[in-house]
Amino acid sequence: MSHHTLSAREHTDDHGPRRRISGVGRVLVFVYGVLALAATGRSVFQIIDRFHEAPVAFALSALSAVVYIVATIALVAPGRSWYRVAWVTISFELAGVLVIGALSLFAPGTLGLHDIDPFGRDATVWSVFGMGYLFIPLVLPILGLFWLSRHHPGEQAAAEQTETGDGARS
Amino acid sequence: MIEWFVALQVGVAVIAGVLCLVLGLAGRVPGDVTMGAVALVELLLIVQLVMAIVAPAVGNSPSGSLAEFYIYLISALLLPLAGGFWALIERNRWSTVILGGVCLAIAVMVYRMGQIWFVQGA
Repeated sequence: MSHHTLSAREHTDDHGPRRRISGVGRVLVFVYGVLALAATGRSVFQIIDRFHEAPVAFALSALSAVVYIVATIALVAPGRSWYRVAWVTISFELAGVLVIGALSLFAPGTLGLHDIDPFGRDATVWSVFGMGYLFIPLVLPILGLFWLSRHHPGEQAAAEQTETGDGARS
Repeated sequence: MIEWFVALQVGVAVIAGVLCLVLGLAGRVPGDVTMGAVALVELLLIVQLVMAIVAPAVGNSPSGSLAEFYIYLISALLLPLAGGFWALIERNRWSTVILGGVCLAIAVMVYRMGQIWFVQGA
């Protein structure tokens, strides 16, 4: 394969003004995408198959899925307003995983859960702080907020140059 | 679903995932080795899909929900395609890391598929 031509093209591409995310940030977007897929798949199935069993937990499951999808889009989409959307959705996720995680552990009844098994029938992405998903739902928003705080849209050009320089030359 | 094949699939996906993560963090762009590893993971998933279609007809039925099983299997089948296209478009080290993430996600999903087939509802 012609690595050189391709990485050269990518290099010029990344200097375009509209690219919001680059380098290691793309891994973040990818993990968000997978989590959005996981949460959507699970909540759709739970709601179709057995919504009556734990309506509160499954509705939260669906809500978390929507938030993950919006957060994924917000991380990729350019512009200041999407940047704000990313802040809001990712903060919401952190709050969600902390609140729902604590509730599922200490007061599962309030969510209509029958047990606290994070792999069980009633489990959501946020149950027991995301244990069923290797705690990724707990770690990811923290990394996401950290990443956002380091990448304001205004400083994007400068940050991108250093990052892609690193990525493309390796 | 056949138990040893599930174990093989999880093993291959974990090895492929760790390989891609290590090579990616070491700074390698996606190449024949990493793309080949992901292709192998995808190939095993296609074999699994064929087996899952045939198995109930020959008396090997899942103990759990077949619908839930297929949600996992179809999502897993899509991931290497998404990651692979990404790796072809974005030729830098982070694409290799993402390929590793794809493989590890698939390892977890295949493990869950095994649980649904053998453990859930049994």
